[in-house]
Amino acid sequence: MNALRRTIDKIKPHVEKGGKFHFLKSTFEGFETFLFVPNTVTTTGSHIRDAFDMKRAMITVVIAMVPALLFGMWNTGYHHFLALGQEAAFWETFWFGFLRVLPIIVVSYAVGLGIEFVFAQIRDHEINEGFLVSGMLIPLVMPVDVPLWMVAVATAFAVIIGKEVFGGTGMNILNPALTARAFLFFAYPTKMSGDRIWIAGMDKGMETVDGFSGSTILAQAAQGKETFVNGVGEAYTAWDKFLGIIPGSIGETSTLAILIGALILIVTGVGSWKIILSTFAGGAAMGLLINAFGGNVLLEMPFWEHLIVGGFAFGAVFMATDPVSGSQTEKGKWIYGFLIGVLAILIRVFNPGYPEGMMLAILLMNVFAPLIDHYILEGNIRRRLKRAKAQA
Amino acid sequence: MSEVIKIRKGLDIKLKGRADKIFMKAPGSATYAVKPVDFPSLTPKIVAKPCEEVRAGSVIFYDKYRPEIKFTSPVSGIVKSILRGERRRIISVVIEADGKDAAENFKKGDPASMSREEVVENLLESGLWPVIKQRPYGVIASPADKPKAIFISGFDTAPLAPDYDFIMKDQEQDFQAGIDALRRLTEGKIHLGLDARYPAAKAYTQAKHVERHYFSGPHPTGNVGIQIHKIDPINKGEIVWTVKPQDVAAIGRLFQTGKYDPSMIVALNGSEVKKPVYYKLLRGAEISSITKDNLSGDHVRMISGNVLTGRKVEEDGHIGFSDAQVTVIPEGDYYEMFGWIMPGLKKFSVSRTFLSWITPNRQYALDTNLHGGERAFVMTGEYEKVLPMDIYPVALLKSILVDDIDKMEQLGIYEVIEEDLALCEFVCTSKTPVQSILRKGLTDLRKEME
Repeated sequence: MNALRRTIDKIKPHVEKGGKFHFLKSTFEGFETFLFVPNTVTTTGSHIRDAFDMKRAMITVVIAMVPALLFGMWNTGYHHFLALGQEAAFWETFWFGFLRVLPIIVVSYAVGLGIEFVFAQIRDHEINEGFLVSGMLIPLVMPVDVPLWMVAVATAFAVIIGKEVFGGTGMNILNPALTARAFLFFAYPTKMSGDRIWIAGMDKGMETVDGFSGSTILAQAAQGKETFVNGVGEAYTAWDKFLGIIPGSIGETSTLAILIGALILIVTGVGSWKIILSTFAGGAAMGLLINAFGGNVLLEMPFWEHLIVGGFAFGAVFMATDPVSGSQTEKGKWIYGFLIGVLAILIRVFNPGYPEGMMLAILLMNVFAPLIDHYILEGNIRRRLKRAKAQA
Repeated sequence: MSEVIKIRKGLDIKLKGRADKIFMKAPGSATYAVKPVDFPSLTPKIVAKPCEEVRAGSVIFYDKYRPEIKFTSPVSGIVKSILRGERRRIISVVIEADGKDAAENFKKGDPASMSREEVVENLLESGLWPVIKQRPYGVIASPADKPKAIFISGFDTAPLAPDYDFIMKDQEQDFQAGIDALRRLTEGKIHLGLDARYPAAKAYTQAKHVERHYFSGPHPTGNVGIQIHKIDPINKGEIVWTVKPQDVAAIGRLFQTGKYDPSMIVALNGSEVKKPVYYKLLRGAEISSITKDNLSGDHVRMISGNVLTGRKVEEDGHIGFSDAQVTVIPEGDYYEMFGWIMPGLKKFSVSRTFLSWITPNRQYALDTNLHGGERAFVMTGEYEKVLPMDIYPVALLKSILVDDIDKMEQLGIYEVIEEDLALCEFVCTSKTPVQSILRKGLTDLRKEME
């Protein structure tokens, strides 16, 4: 450790202002602070500080995503071999998925962090940790067959247009990872929806067993199918849907894995339990409402099933809870989450164009979050004025 | 006991090295200092010249913009030096004590039978007026103002805070005389906030002409700002004054003896102190008079005040004017490898991202490491958990950062000073300098108002 520290101290002068490699200062700092928590001491205000910092916050979110990621890898393999009609052992299944998912993660991080490094240097800032989370979220909301160049383009779009033009992490209006997904969804719709993209290899012309279909549950529901079946025609049980043995974006299928992540976020206090709970509550409320009317398969799908299929759970736990793009007041979080839940089901059920509404619901509420906060603050201001008047 | 105001939000930071309840007489300090930096927004005008002889109560400097507010020497001696910092700003005026008890004479008598003007003048002349602070802004009160009420918090909940019930022992008479003097200054009430969890000192329970309020809850419950917010919050245009308990007693002694008596009881504590106890000393004493040969580490930070709001003091520095505690903690200028992922059993955090949350009663020897770099506001809901006020602190800070005076007022900047938001700064993931931002806002606002 000391040797490493010495090496870093030796390099340091070269990247400081006036040094030959000053253009790498932010990058150097990024790596240095990754290796060592800096020796900065407090100079103003409180002499002691909480040990918690942005790196730890972001890493905690990444850790919370690991169950969904690991399951997604296995699920990728499972559906691939299902489509091929082959039996595969657990590790073989996982390994296949691992190799398919890893490049997407690598591309997402490489492109995103690369851009972050450049912007940090231009602004003469330290590198922000925000992308550690976005970089993992982006692969998890991609279909596994997405071309890597698209991941790269979408990531670049999300980081530059979604975040850096607003001033970087903390200033953005929309969730960057969802911006990336929305970008692909509207720019390359055929690569982001349909029956073929969810199964590894299928979109690239892999030979499948006869009659195999890679459609998601929501797609089947939109087509009006009464029972939802997997690729080879077996009906899904409720457990299949909850555990996530269904086609979908890499990380979104397993409600169980996502709930483990939710537990990590809530226990550590990094994610807002209020948003998670109210999003599910909003979804359930809307689900009950449409159940009461009925009329087609999506309308009659039991409300709880709406919460465990598609991207609902993933969005509620990992996307809606983004503190920057979400509501920032505690009261506002209840409203914000609830409306996401309601809108997600609403779009899902009534908009024939999009089989899944979670992405659009969250992006829409991202835009409205400042408005919600505005009214909460206005309420506070009015209370204070009223108190002053009562005194006078 | 009357109704207890229960406060839930807040945070008690459990630090090692709480002072034992023993009084020690501090060895005499060779020099004493009067420091303009102890008073926010003060521009001093120096009266005393180097090598000039002064007595206890002689004027050292006064407020340039309110010349009636004077600052006086705590002891008899000669002015040794005037220390200046950046742009020749005066840091402190150091007086070498000569051990004599030559003291200026002020008015003596029962304040209850004096007029407001007489009381005010006696306080101004003796140099005790600066113990009276005003809200908004947290600056020294203006003698011409008629405050809505005067608030005294009888206890302190800050990390390693001294026990005022112990400090105020046997000060019943002084405290009452102080209250009597303060009564002349306001037509409103004098509110005394007490800790409902412990039996209060006699000085508090026997005090007449005060309205007692009982509180229970974690820090910052003991902050007078929180108590004002719960009892009778400050509205735009209103002024209230606050005084600390020992300063009330000092005012009482002035009227009883006719002398400026700068005695203070100060708790010396912190993880780096060998024998943490309470000391009796005089305002502005050398910090080394109590820390010498009493520290276990040599790479330490000495703080006059508590770890959240106190001021860093160099080895040859002096204790602050109204500080009732000195805290010594380790400096934290070390690198920690992969600190962001380590389990952190010895790290303190309000988040449960460190394993230390499974041992909630553990006491910590926290150091001055910032634990990360400064970032934009990202996390939400952190500040609100440690601020028991109906205020949105992040919105308030943002309004200060964009210089929006109207918004600051609307969001309640009048009700807070640095100490009230100190815990927000402690918990902040983005390491935002909350207290200095708030002070900037208060200074800007005050300029705008005048």
